[in-house]
Amino acid sequence: MLLIHCPYCEEERPELEFRNAGEAHIARPANIVAESDEDFEKFFFIRANTKGLVYERWRHVHGCARFFNAVRDSVSDKFIMTYKAGEPKPKKLPGAGK
Amino acid sequence: MKKYSVFAIAREAMRAHKGWEEQWSSPEPKKEYDVIIIGAGGHGLGTAYYLAKEHGITNVAVLEKGWLGGGNTGRNTTIIRSNYLYDESAGIYDHALKLWDGLSQDLNYNVMYSARGVMMLAHNIHDIQVFKRHIHANRLNGIDNEWLTPEQAKEFCPPLNISKDARYPVLGAALQRRGGTARHDAVAWGYARGASARGVDIIQNCEVTGIKRGPNGEVAGVETARGFIGAKKVGVVAAGHTSVLMNMAGVRMPLESYPLQALVSEPVKPIVPCVVMSNTVHAYISQSDKGELVIGAGTDQYTSYSQTGGLHILEHTLDAICEMFPMFTRMKMLRSWGGIVDVTPDRSPILAKTPVKGLYVNCGWGTGGFKATPGSANVFAHTIARDEPHPINAPFTLERFRTGRLIDEAAAAAVAH
Ligand SMILES: Cc1cc2nc3c(=O)[nH]c(=O)nc-3n(C[C@H](O)[C@H](O)[C@H](O)COP(=O)(O)OP(=O)(O)OC[C@H]3O[C@@H](n4cnc5c(N)ncnc54)[C@H](O)[C@@H]3O)c2cc1C
Ligand SMILES: [Zn+2]
Repeated sequence: MLLIHCPYCEEERPELEFRNAGEAHIARPANIVAESDEDFEKFFFIRANTKGLVYERWRHVHGCARFFNAVRDSVSDKFIMTYKAGEPKPKKLPGAGK
Repeated sequence: MKKYSVFAIAREAMRAHKGWEEQWSSPEPKKEYDVIIIGAGGHGLGTAYYLAKEHGITNVAVLEKGWLGGGNTGRNTTIIRSNYLYDESAGIYDHALKLWDGLSQDLNYNVMYSARGVMMLAHNIHDIQVFKRHIHANRLNGIDNEWLTPEQAKEFCPPLNISKDARYPVLGAALQRRGGTARHDAVAWGYARGASARGVDIIQNCEVTGIKRGPNGEVAGVETARGFIGAKKVGVVAAGHTSVLMNMAGVRMPLESYPLQALVSEPVKPIVPCVVMSNTVHAYISQSDKGELVIGAGTDQYTSYSQTGGLHILEHTLDAICEMFPMFTRMKMLRSWGGIVDVTPDRSPILAKTPVKGLYVNCGWGTGGFKATPGSANVFAHTIARDEPHPINAPFTLERFRTGRLIDEAAAAAVAH
């Protein structure tokens, strides 16, 4: 079971308190009716599904109930960092070289 | 290829079993092939087999990064059935079921297909409605599936607990008698042997690291751990790693890869005569011919390529098993493992041409593609050989996520994930 650091509660809690909410930083179109089929497909169905660093959303459902984002290595399942919803995709990751 | 038969066994018994030959050869890769298949699971090896057998295309290589059958083919709980809801699914899964029937004879290899019946339990009014809808839809498609009362379910599977005091009592079941199990390794080995005998090169320990494109964007070959290998047609049949491979050709996929786990118990005498599945308490079980209970769990909630999964997922599954079969509470579990399954948004597979000329993909089987192995391989070989889909896989396109013509099964392993 994963141990996940909630950036709001500021502590590490067991995975059972959380729900994974899929790939992060996919912006919902402002005017969805005007979207082309191609763009809607990209937004709704296409996923990066990266082998390596993934940016994903989690929700601390059985805690503060808030959404946040995480960077995780999908090969080792190790979390690199978590950050609050709305914050931009981190440019530099902790532990990464220059 | 020497034929396996009772006479061969007798002959070899007389000469200390020294005459058995290798089941498939392991040649050095050639510089170029007509077709390269990436991934030596059942679907990939089967595709090569049918390319050679039914389309006369034998200048084929199957490239595998590990050992053949080491992916989901060798990790699954081997449940076979075809009682899916939609016409498109009925078409492809029942095509597979019909091929399972004669597969051992066709391959001259015992794949141990055993039509022992797959029974799906209903625990609430929604299960009853959904299963009855499936039964009627299946019958319209000529697929057997019948409704059982709790008493009939217990008669079919005596250790089942149908007590009214259970937390989720059994209210009935849907039974597909033609459903059952097969020996997963034998499926990979049998197809490998048959393909190799017809001239296909099976190359293990040969990871594909790049897909090369020609001047007009068409496929030109693949970069591998053993150098560049040319081919005008490449079929990606890589299950959990499909997104990674398709990315090498610049195609982004509607897929997510999740860990899915299974476990087996210590071997015991025959006790579970069929396959039992339950959506609601979420577990499925059968018994191998060795006597182990074979138990399937659910996927983890996050994408991963780790080929392991959370322990709590297994615990949850065993809770459900003990609920259905209280007599198993003191059984010891021997081994557990995980595979990486590629899940599509509508839980139906993709077997299709791609936007890249000469590149074909067979993926998205997720938690439930073992049962489809012969059917999938058969129509995918047709798709590659003719450069157009077989009518059976024509609906399973990549474009359906743009056009909206989904095949919304959402229950490919018949468990709700
Ligand atoms: C625990 C578990 C239980 C399951 N239970 C059932 C069940 O009861 N019934 C059912 O119908 N289905 C079940 N499934 C699903 C089923 O196992 C799969 O859908 C099916 O086996 C997929 O077969 P495949 O040949 O496409 O993939 P695989 O057997 O996974 O083969 C893909 C191959 O591609 C190789 N590969 C990947 N990347 C590369 C690369 N870059 N270069 C070269 N080779 C590469 C891999 O090493 C692998 O061998 C289960 C799956 C799991 C994990
Ligand atoms: Zn929190």
